[in-house]
Amino acid sequence: MPEARTIDDTLPIHGRGQVGTPWWGMLCLIATEGSIFAYLIFAYAYLGSQGLGSWPPNGPPDLKLAVPATLLLVGSSFVLEWGKRAANRGDRERGLFGVGAALLLGGAFVALELFEWSTKPFALPDNSYSSIYFMLTGTHLVHVVVGLFALLVLFIWTFDGRVQGAHVQHRALATLYWHFVDIVWLFVFTTIYLSPRLT
Amino acid sequence: MATLPLSRPDAPPASPQPPDIVQKLDAIWGERSDLRGWFSTVDHKTIGIRYIVTAFAFLLIGGVEALIMRIQLARPGATVLSPEQYNQLFSMHGVTMIFLYSLPMLSGFSNYLWPLMLGSRDMAYPRLNALSYWIFLASGLFLYISFPFGQAPNSGWFNYVPQAGRDQNPGMNIDIYALGLTFFGISTTVGSVNFIVTLLRMRAPGMSVNRLPILVWGTLTASVANIFAVPAVSLASVLLWLDRNAGTHFFDVSGGGQPMLWQHLFWLFGHPWVYALVLPAMGIVSDALPIHCRRPLVGYTPVAMATVATMVVGLGVWVHHMFAVGAPPLALSFFSAASFVIAIPSTVALFAWIGTIATGRVQVTTPFLFFAGFIMLFVIGGVSGVMTASVALDWQLTDTYFVVAHLHYVLLGINLFPVIGGIYHWFPKVTGRMMSERLGHWSFWTIFVGFNLAFFPMHVLGLYGMPRRVWTYPAGMGFDLPNAIISGGAFILAIGILLFLINVIKSATSGPRAGPDPWAGSTLEWSIPSPPPSFNFAVIPLLASRHPLWEDHLKKSEERTIFDSGFLLDEGKETLAVTPLDGQPSVILKMPGDSLLPGLLAAALFVFFVGLLVRSDWLSTTAGAAVAIVLVMWFQPTKQPQDQERVRVYA
Ligand code: HEM
Ligand SMILES: [Cu+2]
Repeated sequence: MPEARTIDDTLPIHGRGQVGTPWWGMLCLIATEGSIFAYLIFAYAYLGSQGLGSWPPNGPPDLKLAVPATLLLVGSSFVLEWGKRAANRGDRERGLFGVGAALLLGGAFVALELFEWSTKPFALPDNSYSSIYFMLTGTHLVHVVVGLFALLVLFIWTFDGRVQGAHVQHRALATLYWHFVDIVWLFVFTTIYLSPRLT
Repeated sequence: MATLPLSRPDAPPASPQPPDIVQKLDAIWGERSDLRGWFSTVDHKTIGIRYIVTAFAFLLIGGVEALIMRIQLARPGATVLSPEQYNQLFSMHGVTMIFLYSLPMLSGFSNYLWPLMLGSRDMAYPRLNALSYWIFLASGLFLYISFPFGQAPNSGWFNYVPQAGRDQNPGMNIDIYALGLTFFGISTTVGSVNFIVTLLRMRAPGMSVNRLPILVWGTLTASVANIFAVPAVSLASVLLWLDRNAGTHFFDVSGGGQPMLWQHLFWLFGHPWVYALVLPAMGIVSDALPIHCRRPLVGYTPVAMATVATMVVGLGVWVHHMFAVGAPPLALSFFSAASFVIAIPSTVALFAWIGTIATGRVQVTTPFLFFAGFIMLFVIGGVSGVMTASVALDWQLTDTYFVVAHLHYVLLGINLFPVIGGIYHWFPKVTGRMMSERLGHWSFWTIFVGFNLAFFPMHVLGLYGMPRRVWTYPAGMGFDLPNAIISGGAFILAIGILLFLINVIKSATSGPRAGPDPWAGSTLEWSIPSPPPSFNFAVIPLLASRHPLWEDHLKKSEERTIFDSGFLLDEGKETLAVTPLDGQPSVILKMPGDSLLPGLLAAALFVFFVGLLVRSDWLSTTAGAAVAIVLVMWFQPTKQPQDQERVRVYA
C-alpha cells in the first residue's frame, strides 16, 4: 500500500537567478520590448530612405550632450552590477550604494536628455524627422523612467529591510532590466547620432 | 505501428486519488466560492474556460455582424445598410474575428489543456494568466463601447492609411481601433510570455521536448512569434494615434511621412499572426484526430518540425500582402517565392493527417467529422493561398471576393473547424459529461454544407471581378445569383452553430457521465478524473513515452510511465519545475494564491486607455499612477524566502 511521506532529499525552492521562472519571464519581456526598438529603428531608416529631402533635414545632431549622457548611462550599469553582486554576498551597504548611484546617474541622463530636447530647433509635429526623432528618443526615455522607478522601489525595499540577502530574484530582475535599457540606448545613439555622420 | 483495439481491454492506468491527499490538496488549491473568489481566481482551468466562453461570445457577435452584411448583399441595389454602416460592420467583423475570437479561443484551449497535458499543476505565472484574460475582456469591451454610438472602427481590419488618417476620417472611429489594438496587444504579450516559460519549466519529469503534444508545439511557436510580431502593430497603432492626435507625420505624406510604413509595420505583424491563428488549431487536430483513428499520429517529428518551420518562414513573407501597392520586381519575386515555400511544411502536416486516417481504424465520431472537414477545407484554402502568393494572379485577384473566399476558407476551415471539433473532443474532460453524438452529426453537416455554400461561390464572384468591401452592387453583372446563394449558405451555417450551442448547453446539464477517459485517449489529461480536480495531479506523473496511456498497446515502448508514485508536493501551493530541455526535476515552485491584483490592473489600464481616447490628461495620469501602485504590490517581496525544502513523495 503506497503512502505519503517526506524523504531526506531536498530540492531548492524557486531557484536563484538564471534558474528561476522570473528570469525567463524577464528575458521574454526584454525580447518583446527590444522588438519595439527594432521596429522604431526600422521606421527611422524607412522614413529616411524614402523621403526626398536630406535626412536629417538640419544635418547630423550635435554630440555635445549626447556623449556625456551615454557615458553616464553606461556607467550606471557598471555600478549597479557591482552593487548587486555585493548585495548577493550579503553586503547590504554596498548594495544600497550601487542602486543609489545608478539612480543618480540615470536621473542625470534624463535631465540631460530633456535639456537636449529643449535646445532642438524643431518640435514634434514639424515633419517626419522630428516625429521619429522624438518618438525614438522618447520611447527610450520612458523605458529609462520605468527602470528608474523599479530601482527606486528596490532601493526603498532594500533600505527598509524587505529585500534582504536572499531576495536574489528582485535584484536580478531590476538589474537585468536596467542593463537592457542601457544597451538599447547604444542602438538608439548609433541610429540618431552616428548613422547620419556615416554618409 | 499497429492500431489499437476499439476500446481498451484493461483499465486505463489512471493516476491515484488517495482520499486524504485529495482532501488536503483541494483545501490548498480550491477556489473560494464567493464573489471575491470569482474575481480573484488564478486557476488555469477556470481562466481557460473563461477565455473559451468569451471568445465564443465574440464569435457570435461577429457572426451576427456578418449575417447583417449578408442580408444587405443578398440582392443587388439593396439599402438595408448605409455605406458607412457597412464600413463599420465589416471592420468590426474582421477585428472581432481576427483579434477577439480566433487567438483568444486557442489561448483558452491551451490555457486549459497545457498543464494537464504537461503534467503540471498550473501555468508558470498564474496571476499573469488571469491578467491576460482580464485585459482581453477589457480591450474587447473597449473596442465595442463605440458601437452603439455609430463610431466604431471603419477602415477594415488592416486599417490602411491615409484612409485612416485624420483628414479622411475625423471621428473617433480610428482612435478606438488604434488604442484598442495596443491595449489588446498587452494581453497577447503577457499570455505568450506565460506559455513560453510554462513550456520551459512546468512539465512533469520525463516530459522531454520530443514527447510534447503537437498542440503544445503549435502554441509555443505562435507565442514566440507573438513576442516579436505584436510590438509591430502596437507601435504602428501608437504612431497612427499620434498622427491623428499630436500632429506627427509618420504616415502622412504632407510632412514627409510614408503610408507604406503602415503597411510594412502592420504586415510584419499581420502575417505571422495569421499563422498564430492556425498553428495551435492544427495542433488540436494532430493531437485529437489520432485518438479517433486509434493509432499514433503518423510522422510526429516532421509535423513538430513543420510547425516551427511554418512560423520561421512566415516571419519573413509579409510583403506578399503588398504586391499590389508597388514594390520593386526583385522584392516581388523574392517574397512570392518565399510564400510558396510555406506550402511545403503545410503539406507535410497534411500528409501526416491523411496517413493517420488511412492507416488507422477510424471511428466516425463528431470530432472526427470536424477534423476530416478541416482537412478538406485546408486543401482548398491552401490552393487558393498558393494562387494569391503568385504575383501575377494576385494583381488580378487582390481586393476581390476571391480573397474573401480564401481568407474564410483558411480562417474558418483551419481555425473554426478544429476548435468545434476540439470542443466536442475535450467537452467530457471539462464537464464530466458526454455531448450528444446525434445532434453532433447534425451540427457538423449543417455547418459543413452551409459553409461551402456561403464561401465557395465567393471564388467565382472574385473571378468575375466583384470587389470586396463594397456595400452593394448593380444588377445584371452576374453577381446576383452567387450572392443569393452565399447569403443563404451563411444562414445555414449560422443554424449549424446554433445546433452546436444547443448541444453544448443540453449536454452540460444532462449528458451521460463520461468517466475519466471516454475516448480511450493517449495523453496525460485522460489519466485524471473528469472534470479535473483543482490541483490536477495528486501525484506528479513520471513520463516514459509520448503516449503515456497507450504504452500497454504499443509494443514499441518498453518503459512505463509511472502514475502511482512520485512527487507529492503538498506543503502549500506548490508544483515542480524541471530543466528546460530534458525535463529533470530541478526546483520546487511556490505558486501564488488567488489575487484581485490582475483584475485591478486590467481595470486601471482600461481607464488609462479611455483617458487617452477622450484626451483627458488627468484621467490617464491618475490611471497610470494606479497601474504603478498595483505593479509595486504585485512584486512586493514575501517574507524571508525559504531556500530548500524536503521533498514529499507518495510511494
Ligand atoms: C457566418 C460566418 C461568416 C460570414 C457569413 C462572413 C461574411 C463576411 C463578409 C460578408 C465580409 C465582408 C466582405 C467585404 O465586404 O469585403 C467578411 C469579411 C471578413 N471576415 Fe467574415 N464571415 C464569417 C465568419 C468569419 C470568421 C469565423 C472569420 C475569422 C475567424 C472571419 C474573418 C473575416 C475577415 C478577416 C474579414 C475581412 C474584414 C475586412 O475586410 O477588413 N469571418 N466576412
Ligand atoms: Cu500573409
